[in-house]
Amino acid sequence: MLEWLSQPWPWYVAGPLIGLIVPLLLLIGGKSFGVSANLRHLCAAVLPTRVDFLRYDWKRQGLWNLTFALGILLGGFIAATLLASSDPYVQISEATRADLAALGITDFRGLVPSELFSWKGLMTLPGLVMVVLGGFLVGFGARYAGGCTSGHAITGLAALQFPSLVATIGFFIGGLIATYLILPLIL
Amino acid sequence: MAELIRDTRPEACIDIEQVAPDYEAQAQETGNRPGSLLAYLLLGIFFGIVLIKSEVASWFRIQEMFRFQSFHMYGVIGSAVVVAGLSVQLIKRLRLKTIHGEPIEIQPKIWGKGVRYWLGGILFGLGWGLLGACPGPMFALLGSGVTVMVVAIASAMLGTWAYAVLRPRLPH
Repeated sequence: MLEWLSQPWPWYVAGPLIGLIVPLLLLIGGKSFGVSANLRHLCAAVLPTRVDFLRYDWKRQGLWNLTFALGILLGGFIAATLLASSDPYVQISEATRADLAALGITDFRGLVPSELFSWKGLMTLPGLVMVVLGGFLVGFGARYAGGCTSGHAITGLAALQFPSLVATIGFFIGGLIATYLILPLIL
Repeated sequence: MAELIRDTRPEACIDIEQVAPDYEAQAQETGNRPGSLLAYLLLGIFFGIVLIKSEVASWFRIQEMFRFQSFHMYGVIGSAVVVAGLSVQLIKRLRLKTIHGEPIEIQPKIWGKGVRYWLGGILFGLGWGLLGACPGPMFALLGSGVTVMVVAIASAMLGTWAYAVLRPRLPH
């Protein structure tokens, strides 16, 4: 059992399991699945500010979501320890591997390229741009758009909300620009 | 697709997450019960495990997706939307209530001029393409030992704060 769980999970197992989180959150407490609002709750909790957008009862509105995020963190830990895969490589397609190698990625072990996403990588220009600017845009864009992948691309689309479809198309436009225009510039 | 919600009311700048109607307030009260919080924690753990084990949290997989070189990510998101969508329909049709007996409402997103969805979406996508992780995977990766994600999360908080400050001047 544990051995089977330790293999990388195929999409047709992972996708439906993620989809089930939506009704479970609704049934437990009428909550809409979404993660990025936690960034706002964290800001409201730790950054002293007079900005209206960050002045609200974050515990009352956000405690459930912050607890959910803490769970994601713990889940990541469990997956990487108890359920660690014996194969260090993510089985991406040969074409992707070739494209990334052409951009100068050499280390394909682990979930992320360690030459960029490590403390050492942070000291390099591409690593700094990808982690710091990438993170900043994720936070800014998610709040501007009113949700992230979970809130718009999954919950919003599942509830047939037109704004979420537009946001999801936007996510892809941005991702394609980053992939084809920005990454070749900085890597 | 008759149920597509396209709201063009002028109160575009009202943030759906900030204005909470009464039923939502009530749900928030019950949502903070210890039992409910434990359930959210367990669901979060479940989500975190799935994100790592399905490699959705992998920068390599996100690159593969944006290069259209594998079905994996499309399969994950697509099947998640289908399962979530069918469940939501079921909840609506059967008028199911929460386990505490409160009515379940999904607040419609307000369209306004739509600028926030286009522009915010594209900015988010730029970040997603660079970082290779959206908010869920950021937390999962940190837990899995990619400690530098602390910087990404702090940066994302700074981005959220910057939006909060600029918000009155941004088109929505």
